Amino acid sequence: MLSDTEIAQITHELQQVPVKKAACIEALKIVQQERRWVSDESIEDIASLLDMSTAEVDSVATFYNLIFRRPVGRHVILLCDSISCYVMGYTKIQNKLMELLHIKYGQSTDDGRFTLLPNACLGTCDHAPALMIDNDLYRDLKEEELEKILKKYE
Amino acid sequence: MPIIHIDNKPYEVKEGKNLLEACLSLGLNLPYFCWHPALGSVGACRQCAVKVFKDEDDKKGRIVMSCMEPVKDNLRMSVDDSDAKSFREHVIGWLMTNHPHDCAVCDEGGSCHLQDMTVMTGHAYRDYRFTKRTYSNQYLGPFLNHEMNRCIQCYRCVRFYKDFAGGKDLDVFAAHNHVYFGRQQDGTLESEFSGNLAEICPTGVFTDKTLKEHYTRKWDMTSAPSVCQGCGLGCNIIAGERYGTVRQITNRFNGDVNGYFLCDRGRYGYEFVNSKDRIKAPMVRHSPAEGSNGIPLMQHIRSKIVSKKVIGIGSPRASLESNFVLKQLVGADNFYLGVSAADHSLVSLALKILQQGPVRAASLQEAAAADAVLILGEDVTNTAPMLALSVRQAVRRIPVEQAINNVHVPAWQDAAVREAVQDSKGPLYILNVLETKLDELAKGAYHTAPDNIARIGFGVSHLLSDKMPEVTGMSDQGKAIAQEIATTLKNAKNPLIIAGYGSGSEAVIKAAANVAWALHDLGIDAMLTFTVPECNSMGLEMLGGHRLDTAMDQVLHDAVDTAIILENDLYRRLNHHTANHFFKSIKDIILLDHLYNPTAEKATVLLPAGTFAESDGTLVNNESRAQRFFQVFTPGTDVQESWRWLLQAGVATGNASLAGLVHLDDVVSAIARTCKVFAGIDTLTPGAGFRIAGQKIPREPHRYSGRTAMQADVNVSEPKPPEDSDTALSFTMEGYRGTPPSAMIPFFWSPGWNSVQSVNKFQVETGGALRDGNPGKRLIAPNVNGHTPFFTQVPEPFLPLAGHLLLVPLHHIYGSEELSVHTPGIAERMPAPYIMLHSEDAKRFQVAEGYLLHFIENGHHYTLPVIINDTLQQGAAGIPVGLPNMEIAEAPQLIKI
Amino acid sequence: MERPLTQHIPASGAALHIKEYEAVGGYTALRKVLQEFTPAEVTARVKDADLKGRGGAGFSTGMKWSFVPMNVSGPKYLVANADEMEPGTFKDRWLLEGNPHQLLEGMIISAYAIQATQAFVFLRWAYKDAAREMNKAIADAYAAGYLGKNILGKNYSLEMQLHTGVGRYMCGEETALLNSLEGKRAIPRAKPPFPQVSGLFGKPTIVNNVETLSFIPHIMNNGGDWFKSLSHTADGGTKIYGVSGQVNNPGAWELPMGVTMRELLEEHAGGMKNGFRFRGALPGGASTDFLTDAHMDVKMDFAGVAAAGSRLGTGTMVVLDDHTCPVGFVHNLEHFFAQESCGFCTPCREGLPWTEKILYALEQGHGTYADLDQLDMHTKLLGPGNTFCALAPGAMEPLQSALKYFREDFEQHIKEKKCPYAHHSH
Ligand SMILES: Cc1cc2nc3c(=O)[nH]c(=O)nc-3n(C[C@H](O)[C@H](O)[C@H](O)COP(=O)(O)O)c2cc1C
Ligand code: SF4
Ligand code: FES
Repeated sequence: MLSDTEIAQITHELQQVPVKKAACIEALKIVQQERRWVSDESIEDIASLLDMSTAEVDSVATFYNLIFRRPVGRHVILLCDSISCYVMGYTKIQNKLMELLHIKYGQSTDDGRFTLLPNACLGTCDHAPALMIDNDLYRDLKEEELEKILKKYE
Repeated sequence: MPIIHIDNKPYEVKEGKNLLEACLSLGLNLPYFCWHPALGSVGACRQCAVKVFKDEDDKKGRIVMSCMEPVKDNLRMSVDDSDAKSFREHVIGWLMTNHPHDCAVCDEGGSCHLQDMTVMTGHAYRDYRFTKRTYSNQYLGPFLNHEMNRCIQCYRCVRFYKDFAGGKDLDVFAAHNHVYFGRQQDGTLESEFSGNLAEICPTGVFTDKTLKEHYTRKWDMTSAPSVCQGCGLGCNIIAGERYGTVRQITNRFNGDVNGYFLCDRGRYGYEFVNSKDRIKAPMVRHSPAEGSNGIPLMQHIRSKIVSKKVIGIGSPRASLESNFVLKQLVGADNFYLGVSAADHSLVSLALKILQQGPVRAASLQEAAAADAVLILGEDVTNTAPMLALSVRQAVRRIPVEQAINNVHVPAWQDAAVREAVQDSKGPLYILNVLETKLDELAKGAYHTAPDNIARIGFGVSHLLSDKMPEVTGMSDQGKAIAQEIATTLKNAKNPLIIAGYGSGSEAVIKAAANVAWALHDLGIDAMLTFTVPECNSMGLEMLGGHRLDTAMDQVLHDAVDTAIILENDLYRRLNHHTANHFFKSIKDIILLDHLYNPTAEKATVLLPAGTFAESDGTLVNNESRAQRFFQVFTPGTDVQESWRWLLQAGVATGNASLAGLVHLDDVVSAIARTCKVFAGIDTLTPGAGFRIAGQKIPREPHRYSGRTAMQADVNVSEPKPPEDSDTALSFTMEGYRGTPPSAMIPFFWSPGWNSVQSVNKFQVETGGALRDGNPGKRLIAPNVNGHTPFFTQVPEPFLPLAGHLLLVPLHHIYGSEELSVHTPGIAERMPAPYIMLHSEDAKRFQVAEGYLLHFIENGHHYTLPVIINDTLQQGAAGIPVGLPNMEIAEAPQLIKI
Repeated sequence: MERPLTQHIPASGAALHIKEYEAVGGYTALRKVLQEFTPAEVTARVKDADLKGRGGAGFSTGMKWSFVPMNVSGPKYLVANADEMEPGTFKDRWLLEGNPHQLLEGMIISAYAIQATQAFVFLRWAYKDAAREMNKAIADAYAAGYLGKNILGKNYSLEMQLHTGVGRYMCGEETALLNSLEGKRAIPRAKPPFPQVSGLFGKPTIVNNVETLSFIPHIMNNGGDWFKSLSHTADGGTKIYGVSGQVNNPGAWELPMGVTMRELLEEHAGGMKNGFRFRGALPGGASTDFLTDAHMDVKMDFAGVAAAGSRLGTGTMVVLDDHTCPVGFVHNLEHFFAQESCGFCTPCREGLPWTEKILYALEQGHGTYADLDQLDMHTKLLGPGNTFCALAPGAMEPLQSALKYFREDFEQHIKEKKCPYAHHSH
């Protein structure tokens, strides 16, 4: 069931759009903001709030790579794997992260702290390699700094 | 007409088309996937690439997708250009990177559009050397199989299911080369039109699950053109047989009726033909006929008929021929229509309105082109399913026209048109006793009792024309609704009014007629559609006969010894008591039917009657369109057409009016000759003597296999194939290989086109009529010259009554039709008997969802579980009609609780 | 040297707030336009300036606006394309984070020119600071009467909304962007009809890049001739150029349109890092053809780069150095494009993963000469017009030019059955 705050936020979005469906992505974002990921049940809830079918909502949800349809850790690490970061050696960062966290791409740490995902260009190519954890951008990364960065997240 | 140059040859083509349509209409072979004549173009698959050139001097040209490029005068294009050809071949190459190459075990193999297009492009060698991506499949219910690995991502399935048919539970998921077509989770596909996916999908992703149960390749089936028996609309079908059982029903294109589609009752309801409950041999007093004291069957029958008081009871699910022969056999005075009192009144009223009034009945395709629709008392998705598909198209007509004008795109630019249309809809108003699936499309949907619906209808007609009676005492809400509807209809060019048997109310049908006639008087080109319950309800009514309840009077007066009952279970026509009484009072019952049923229990003589698949005959649909269906196979048992049994009885009894009638053509001409209303039905198809190049039209494709061995367990030498002395079709592979007359197409096939997409080779243009016209003939023309009749009797308003409930009939696509429920898949989707109440009424009678409610109707006790539905009119109780375990109760009818 | 777009952005990159923006002449153009210009006159001036779109295709902005039907009622829309997801591109970020009001003012004036009723900023999710600044800027602009009902007391009203995306490069393609704004899958739409006629919710819509729109206030204030005079070449204005890769001073700079590649690389980016040699560069993001040493004096404007066989694209350059395997480089790009294909049309959906797999096989030492033919074939087959939108043709640009300029590297992989680059990171 959607929480009152989720419903309030989605209802607010509904007032901004000419047709209910148009609020679909906003609704998915709102739910993910609250729950970190979007479950089947949430898909159904959103669908009924927006007069859409669950299939239609999921069709949209599964298209976008930043809507998570499976549970993720408390913090999501998005490591840029695009061209400038490639040239500047993101694979070293990747290896180091995997070593520190004992997980591969798409996995979460056992303690549910982190999920590691590769991500397309973060738009900070002049400071490659780069990654984002939640809303924080880290640039000009060095392998040595990673441990300290990860420590900031509980 | 514009001229386009294709590979330096000029062709005259039709304005407004795209290049793909133009090429296909010219008979050229150009491969495609995502385009479909009924769905338009989206340019996704890139298979239909051709080159266009700026002018004569442009030698380089550029590749375009022919389905996305409009015809322009003087346009120069090439199909044969080597770049275009190479590109088309590579498109197949790409599609094949992940396709499993499992044709040998794929149900689609041999009738696969992907196979055809692969061969057409010449793609033969695999260059891709990496692993394929694989998907898991979903359980989609009893009708369709899902094999996602075969998907070529043409998007046709979602475009049909969701965009065209309004389905909600099939969609496309994920992105890039992981896109997935299916449901959000495993589960039964909900749409009543899901079966079309098997034909819409160009490969073996969605295939017919019932076919899989008794799988046969398309080329190994004996097929015949037939007409669906599922409801009164008369959709055209092709039925295929092997080893004495029907294997599959597919769409038979008819540009006036069903177009490219069928509903799931029609597609899947065929398995009663193969039922273990079939009557296979004549029986006399429950024993095989030949065993009854050595008296030959016909002598037996003669003894029951000659010099006795005999009546005949016809059937709305039997052919015109069978009903006609029965009527001749017993004499017009002794012929009764085997339908319930309610159905009789409703259908005869509908017929009278169409015959005497100035407004024409709409065909399904005309209905789809209506620009405003008013539905009175009908849940068409359940009473006439394909009509619902037409209404879904009709509500798009105005917005599509506007989009085309505003955005300047042709109608076939599907995505662009949908984008411009957004959610806007043309006017549709629905008045029904409870909510219907189409309500979601309606400008207004109001739920009220049949009499109130009729009152609003009358109110609308009065607003349109003051010749029409005034409705007194109408509520303010009713007035407002009537005003809104009247204003809308007045502004339409081709409004359509739909009513019929669904509400069980004559007043509703009369109100519908008044509305249509009032519009006509205003000079508006209105149309009427009346749904009728069964495949030949209209034909039977046109043939004419007494009411079944008057037969009861005869029986009670001891005036009847023998009743010959044609393809009918009277327990579905009369209430239990009356039927019992009827059978008790008659000495001999001769029943001709397909399946054992309660009436068969009572029969003295039981004759195995051929189903549609074992018979030739004619049906008349709800718009009075007479259509011929052809026998698919010879059953190899005593089963034969009812009309043939009855002709034999005529010979045995020396019946003069049947003298000389032997073959189908004889009967058909006798009907055309003796009944004015059926004039012309002898020209529906060429007769039995018809030959093309001296040859008959084969029911079996030339690829048909195993013929010499099929009967080897019976006899090692191949038996002589059965002869068809009734029609110009043969039961063999031999015969004329070209295009048959359009009413006699046993299967769609053309060189290089093994799938259903070969239909385009049989049409004058893609999506257009079949070559020599769409099959069928309308028997009733509107009476435009007479004065407009109208009905004056406005019913009293319905108000809930203490201690009472108004029983109203509820129809189910799966369950309400007698024969189709003998198909496992249909039975699986059929509801259990119930009684539906508004929650306020449930409170009133102290019941809740799931509780059993008891009532007595006509001395019969009913105990039914309660279902709550608050869209139902208060004071009314919905009961499902026609379910196998649901005994008949006349509805609408007020009952005491 | 004039730098109209960025001169007021502090070196820290921190955003110019409304008061600061007003202090340096912000919103004077809007005031002037609403007082003195008819919508048609605005369009005429932009046409006169010959402003070419900075989103990658370089289409004339004034021309685009002029296709909007003006005498129809009902809503019309203006969208700022701030999706910026082209790998190697980070120019709009600077404008969004540093001078959000400049974009807003440009949008309001543009919206006025087409008589739009509603405007959107479609911002990619990753730009969190930009989102914060844009939100604040929109609120401040409303409060100051630059947005909302009767802007500056005049008879023109406009609503403005920020929409942040949820991933997918396709959202940058203008018609896919519109689908996404409608809450749908970001699948491109067929053209015609063009968005100018049938766009967002089927209504007339203009989509312009952030950099394009940010120029509008300056053009309105200073005129077309001024705009043209900013440039070294026939394509007017300044351009935000950027360089990333193994250079001493990666970054972005606003420079006169038409600086040479040499100037960019050597003067602004500070030349290659010690120990790295320049082998080539994608001049304007991931979907442009390589330029090489031979092109150092190419003038970086639309015509100049096109003449050299590539495209100016976004103007942000990615440098390939001699430690980086060109095959791996292109593999990285094709991996990106294959992942970001929307899955709608066959060549893109199936062709891109195929090229990606071949490039991976080559990198792993499993490549064959037939693979090179297959790659060549794909670069020809996935050309413009053959696919539904420009994503796949864009994806083929770096590949086709890599096959041309670095063919021996590809062949070496096949011959040696391994990647010859003992790259520091692979
Ligand atoms: C796959 C693809 C991605 C694109 N991404 C962007 C983008 O992120 N930002 C952008 O401004 N334009 C992008 N474009 C170009 C837009 O489609 C469009 O041309 C541009 O926004 C128009 O703005 P302009 O006329 O101001 O250049 C992209 C195009 C394609 C084909
Ligand atoms: S499932 Fe069939 S219809 Fe749907 S996209 Fe795939 S191939 Fe096309
Ligand atoms: S049929 Fe033309 S692109 Fe699919």
